[in-house]
Amino acid sequence: METMKIHDVTPNDLPWKIRYDASRCTLCGSCVAACSFRAIEPKVERRRMVFSEGDLPEPKQRFSAVPVIRQAHSVKNYCRGCGICEKVCPNDAIGPVRNQDTRHPIVTRCLAGDSIKRGGRKNLEATVRTLDKLRVGRISQMTDPSLDAQRHTFDMLAPFGRILPAGKLPLKINEQGLLVSDGQAPPVRWIYPVVIGDMSIGALSWRMWEGVAMATAYLNEECGLPVRMCSGEGGVPVRLLKSKYLKYMILQIASGHFGWNRIVKAMPYMTEDPAGVLIKIGQGAKPGDGGLLMAQKVAEHIQAIRGVPKADLLSPPNHQGLYSIEESVQKMFLSFNAAFKFRVPVAIKVAASSTSVSVFNNLVRDPYNIVGGFFLDGIDGGTGAAHEVSLDHTGHPIVSKLRDCYLAAVAQGRQGQIPLWAAGGLGRTGDLAADAFKMIALGANGVFTGRLILQMAGCVGNDMGRCNACNTGLCPAGITTQEPALAHRLDPEKVAQNIVNYFLAMDQELKKLMAPIGNSSLPVGRSDALVSTDRGVAERLQIQYVC
Amino acid sequence: MCRIGAIKSLNYVHPSQALLLMQSQQKGHDNSGFAMVMQDLGGIFEGYKHLPTLSLACTDEGLKLAEDMLHAAGFQRVLQWVPETNPQPGLDINAMPNYVFETFDYPKAYKHATQQEKEELLLNMRLKLRAALEDDDMGFVYSFWPDVVTLKEIGDPRDIGTYFNLWQPDKKFTARVITAQCRQNTNYDIVRYAAHPFFLQGYTALANGENTFYQKNKEFQRKLHHGYIGFESDSQCFLYTLHYVHRQLGWPLSYYKHVITPLPFETIERRDDKEQMLAIRQSLSHLEINGPNTIIGVLPDGTLFTCCDAKKLRPIVIGRSSDTVVFASEVCGINEVLPDRNWETDIYPNEREIVVIGNRLEVQRWKQ
Repeated sequence: METMKIHDVTPNDLPWKIRYDASRCTLCGSCVAACSFRAIEPKVERRRMVFSEGDLPEPKQRFSAVPVIRQAHSVKNYCRGCGICEKVCPNDAIGPVRNQDTRHPIVTRCLAGDSIKRGGRKNLEATVRTLDKLRVGRISQMTDPSLDAQRHTFDMLAPFGRILPAGKLPLKINEQGLLVSDGQAPPVRWIYPVVIGDMSIGALSWRMWEGVAMATAYLNEECGLPVRMCSGEGGVPVRLLKSKYLKYMILQIASGHFGWNRIVKAMPYMTEDPAGVLIKIGQGAKPGDGGLLMAQKVAEHIQAIRGVPKADLLSPPNHQGLYSIEESVQKMFLSFNAAFKFRVPVAIKVAASSTSVSVFNNLVRDPYNIVGGFFLDGIDGGTGAAHEVSLDHTGHPIVSKLRDCYLAAVAQGRQGQIPLWAAGGLGRTGDLAADAFKMIALGANGVFTGRLILQMAGCVGNDMGRCNACNTGLCPAGITTQEPALAHRLDPEKVAQNIVNYFLAMDQELKKLMAPIGNSSLPVGRSDALVSTDRGVAERLQIQYVC
Repeated sequence: MCRIGAIKSLNYVHPSQALLLMQSQQKGHDNSGFAMVMQDLGGIFEGYKHLPTLSLACTDEGLKLAEDMLHAAGFQRVLQWVPETNPQPGLDINAMPNYVFETFDYPKAYKHATQQEKEELLLNMRLKLRAALEDDDMGFVYSFWPDVVTLKEIGDPRDIGTYFNLWQPDKKFTARVITAQCRQNTNYDIVRYAAHPFFLQGYTALANGENTFYQKNKEFQRKLHHGYIGFESDSQCFLYTLHYVHRQLGWPLSYYKHVITPLPFETIERRDDKEQMLAIRQSLSHLEINGPNTIIGVLPDGTLFTCCDAKKLRPIVIGRSSDTVVFASEVCGINEVLPDRNWETDIYPNEREIVVIGNRLEVQRWKQ
C-alpha cells in the first residue's frame, strides 16, 4: 500500500468544496471556462461498469474514460466560493459549498511562508452592528408635523470645504444695510451627502471605473444629485482630467503619490477645477498599511497612468517626510491648496483609531483655515487588497469614533467648521440610506462608501469569506481585475445604471427618514432623533436609551 | 398650541389688554401659565427709563440674598414696586411668596462707563443672581434691564390675572410694547424660566411651535456667548440666535430669517447675493430651525417683528389701528383688542417673511 500523503492539500483543507453531480453534468465546459481562479478543472476518470448481456447473469466489466469536473487541490488555485460555476451551469450540476473544517489559514501560511492577502472586508464572525442597534425614535406628530416625503422639497446637501465661524466671515455691511463680501473665504462645495468612496483606477477594472464615472456624471447632469466620486490614489486618465467631468471628481493623493505626475502635467489643460483633493493618510480596513496593488493588476494602462513598471505597487504606510499634524497642515494642505489657486477644497482621510480625535482636534485649530474636511474610515470598510491579518484584527469601528469627533467639536463650539465624513461598513446590510441617516444624526455631514458601490455593480463577495479575491486580479465579476477577458464580463453601462438607480432609491429613502422627524434639511448632529435599545450603545453615543 | 401675542402702541397700554388678547384664543384645557414682557414702560416706571429694573419672583430668603448681592455690587435702589396680590381661595396659581420690581441706579464706579460696559454689567449681575437663587428655588430673576418688566407664572392665565389684579386697567403699570404667551412649557420640565417670552439684553422673543433642531441649536449656542444659558425650552434658542445675529455679529435684522430659515440651495443659486447667502448657511447651519415655528421678537429699540419658518405651519395675524398694532396667533385675539379696526388690512405673513413694526408703527414686509 502506498504511503499516505497526509501533507497533500485536498479540498477538505480549503475554505470551499465543490459540489458536483456527474449525473446532471452535460459536460458543456461552461463552469471550467468561467472559473477565473482555475479552481475547477476537467479530468478524466477511469470508470468500471459491470453488465450482463445474456439471459442468465454473466457479469462482465467494462472500463471507460469519463470526463468529469474536479476541484483543484491547490492553495494557489483554490475555490473562493464566488459561485460563478453555479451561475453558468445550465443543469445545476455544480456549486461551491462552505467547508466548515477548512485548514486554509494554516496550510496557506505553511506552504507559502507568506501572509495571506485578500480583497478587503472584515471576515471575523459577523456580529450585529452598532448602527443596527439604533432606531429613529423621535417621530414628529402633533406639535411638529411630519413631512410628506413624496411631495415636500428637501435640501439634502453637505459641505465639503473649510467653514469659517460667522464672526470670521469676510463680510461687511454696505450703505444699503446689506452684507457684502470683504475678502476671501476658503472654498466650500455643497455636494450630495453620499460620496462614492475612493477606489483607484488600478484597483478597479477600467470598465468598472468607467461605469462609476459614468454614473456620477449621469447623477449630476440628469438626476440633479450632485454626487461626487473620489478617484482613489493612482491617477486619472488624462482625457478625463481635461474634460468638463473633472468637476465631479475628488482627486486623491496617498503616500505613494501614484498618478500625480500626470495630474500635475494636465493642470494647465484643465478646463474645470476638480471637486476637491483628498489626502489619504489611512484607510480603516487596514490602518497602518499602505495601498496594496499586486503586480497582476498593474496592467499597461496602469503603468502608463502611474509611470511605473509592472511590479507590486505598495504605498508606504505613511507620508514620508511628515512627522506632525502641524507640519502636514503647513506643507501638504498649503501646497495642494496653492496648486489649485485656493479654489479647490482639500480634505484629509484617516483611519478611525484611538488617536483620530487628537488629529481632528489639532486640525480644527489649523490657523490657515484650509483643512476642508475630515474623512474618517472605520474597520468594516475596505476593498482592493490587504493582508488578512490587518483586515480582521486592526482598526476601530466608525460609529463611536465619528461621534467622538463630533462631540469634541461641540465641546469647543466648533462643530461644522471642518465637515465630518464617515465610512466603514456603511450599507453593509444593503440599506445605505438608514446607515447614512444615523451617521448624520450622530454628527456626520455626510458619508462615503466604496464596497457597496462594487456590490451595486455585481460583486458577489461578502463578509463571510465569499470571494474576497480583489487582490488577485482574477475578479470573476470583472470588477477588480485588469484581465481583458474578465473585465469584459462587466457591462459598464449596466454598472452605471445600477449605481444611478441605487442612488435614486437611496435618495428617496433618505427623505423617508427625514420626513418623519419633520426635517427638510440634513439633521446633522440631531442625536435626539435616535434611540438605542442597547444601554451601552446609548451611553457611549449619548443618545436616549429605550427598552 | 401656544397662544402668543404682542401689542405695540403709541400710547401706554395696560397688561389687561394682553390678557384679553390671550383669553379669546384659549383652547380647552390649555391653561398652564401666563408670561409677559413689558418694554418702554409708563406709569410709575416712566421716570426711570434709563435705569435697570429687576423683575424677580422669590422667597423671603431669596429677596434678601438678591438685595444684599446688588448692594454689595454697588447698585442703589431708587424705586420698588410690589404688586398688590389678591390671594383669594380657589385660584389656580402656583405663586411665589414675593413678586418684586425694583429699579436701581448703577454703581458709582460706572458713572462714566460706556453703554456697552453697563450692558455687560447688567447681564453678568443677572446671571450671578440667578445662579445664587437657584438653590432651593429661592427665586427666579427674569430680567434686569432698563425700561423692562417681566412677569411669569404657572397656573390658569385668568386666575393669574386675578391674582395680580391685572384685569382692572390703571395708569400705574403700563407699557408701549407688551409681548405675552399663555401656556407653560409642554415638551420639557414645567419651570418658570421655561415660559416665553425670553429676554436677553434688550431682546425679547416668543414663539409658537416646536424647534426640531433644538439639540443642534442648543449644542452650538452654549459656546457662543456666556449669556446663553438655561435652555429650559426649545424656543429659548430663537432668542439667542436673534441676540447673536443682531447684536453679536451686528448684522441687520433682515438676515435673521436667513439664519433660522435659510433659503433652499436652488433659490440661493439664482440670487445676486448667492455668496453671502451660502456663507451664512454654511457657517450658521447649527442655528437653523427646521420645525414649525412662528416667532415674535422685540429689538432693544422697541422694534417689533415676526418671522415664520419655511413651512409656515404656525399661524400669525397682524391687525392695526391708527395708534396700535396687535400680533396674535389667531384673529379672534385681535378682534378682542381692536374690534373697530379695518380687518381688511390685517396682515397674514408668508413663510420666510419678516414683518417689522417700527416705532411710529410703520409696517415693513421683508420677503425673500
